Amino acid sequence: MIMTEAKSDVKKYPTPAGNPETQPFWDAAKDGKFLIKRCTACGEAHFFPRSICPFCFSDKTEWEESSGEAEIYTYSHMRKSATGPYVIAYVTLKEGPSLQTNIVDCDPASLKIGQKVKVVWKPTDGAPLPFFTPA
Amino acid sequence: MSIKGKAYIAGIYEHPTRHAPDKSVWQLHAEVAKGALEDAGLTNKDVDGLFIAGDANGGLWPMTDYLGLKPRHVDSTETGGCSYIIALGHAAQAIALGKCSVALITLAGKPRTSPPAPRAQGAEADFETAYGATTHNAYGMAAMRHMHDYGTTSEQLAWIKVAASHHAQYNPHAMLKDVVTVEDVLNSPMISDPLRRMDCCVVTDGGGALIVTTEEIAKSLKKPLVRLIGHGEAMKGPRGGKDLDLTYSAGVWSGPRAFAEAGVTPQDMKYASIYDSFTITVLMQLEDLGFCKKGEGGKFVSDGNLISGVGKLPFNTDGGGLCSNHPINRGGMTKILEAVRQLRGEAHPKVQVPNCDLAIAHGTGGLLGVRHAASTAILERV
Repeated sequence: MIMTEAKSDVKKYPTPAGNPETQPFWDAAKDGKFLIKRCTACGEAHFFPRSICPFCFSDKTEWEESSGEAEIYTYSHMRKSATGPYVIAYVTLKEGPSLQTNIVDCDPASLKIGQKVKVVWKPTDGAPLPFFTPA
Repeated sequence: MSIKGKAYIAGIYEHPTRHAPDKSVWQLHAEVAKGALEDAGLTNKDVDGLFIAGDANGGLWPMTDYLGLKPRHVDSTETGGCSYIIALGHAAQAIALGKCSVALITLAGKPRTSPPAPRAQGAEADFETAYGATTHNAYGMAAMRHMHDYGTTSEQLAWIKVAASHHAQYNPHAMLKDVVTVEDVLNSPMISDPLRRMDCCVVTDGGGALIVTTEEIAKSLKKPLVRLIGHGEAMKGPRGGKDLDLTYSAGVWSGPRAFAEAGVTPQDMKYASIYDSFTITVLMQLEDLGFCKKGEGGKFVSDGNLISGVGKLPFNTDGGGLCSNHPINRGGMTKILEAVRQLRGEAHPKVQVPNCDLAIAHGTGGLLGVRHAASTAILERV
């Protein structure tokens, strides 16, 4: 098995800048918790987090901890880049929202659409960043 | 109220260069503006509307001043590669309302010698930057899902490049003039699965410009009359992660808006300029615009169906972005230029569509697999 993402342990990821609207996400990330937002007016969950619901425009949005369980919606193995190869993907969380990520610590040739994945955190100089890896 | 038939494309110019280390970006803008005005038979003194996009660094202030213009209507709507198709619609609106009478739309840049600055990011930055979305892998993700849902194959995508190469052999300015086969495409190196090098467009320096004007002025000039009869624009993104579906584009909205305004159907089109940043871009747009059903794009493009004189829908007869030109990584302008050439009867004789009186110029801008815009223009020879 080719662990092309093995170097992700040393790969330097950008530090999230954060802002007043999203800071709770990054604070929870430091505790290994993956937060999403849910609107209590329309009941819909969304990601990335916003203060105003993008579906009904209610301001009654609340933080909710995600299971971190997801499945691959699509992916692409970028064969070359300045920081080496990587797998970019969209995954769909068990709670509903889909998000952009990288599939890490995997054999890119073995990945499949629909495959189960789970959240894994990678360090930065600030809060850690969420990635996904085969479950 | 409609813009149907209110605005005419009186001047076009495509810079012949594909590599311009000896020119400034500003100079390229000025050269394409001059070329389009000369094509129309107008001068810089006639221009009273200026339309530019993100390729014009610094925006309207320096460009207006540099070109020495005194516009009474300006617009710098930035939607990536389709900005110039959106600008065409906005220029028609301004002309219909009497806000300007001679609109100049320019595109120019030199990514091969001075790469553009990264696009400023939005609210998504912290949640996406680290994952390294690029044009290659964002379109790769769209292609991967399309293949999964509809059984689209790499061979089918390859036919799009093959058709473009058949056209490019007749374009003396095309960056890639060699005719290629499906096998050549499949044997080119994988860039970002499932897209190979020959699924990708060229990177070129250069540019192009358009002059859009009133019926009265167009009729006073010498060029064949080409007018805009329908226009649409739309935006699409994952919308909180709820609407993620990479198998269709915003063309499903911009296309019907344009066809409805024009009062024509996709099947009426004699020629199609379809943005070809990647082969998958073309396949999805053909489906989204209604040239075939969703999921049947692969079958539609196979067997040379996009080759002029051979297939049922001649497309990108200049060789398109896949083979000829993709100035500053933005394909919308050249899509309009070749559609106008076809309608004027000025395309290369080997690819000219006989009696071409209706054409579409369509493009997307941004990243198909992330967030993008689409714009559709229906053009008619009067």
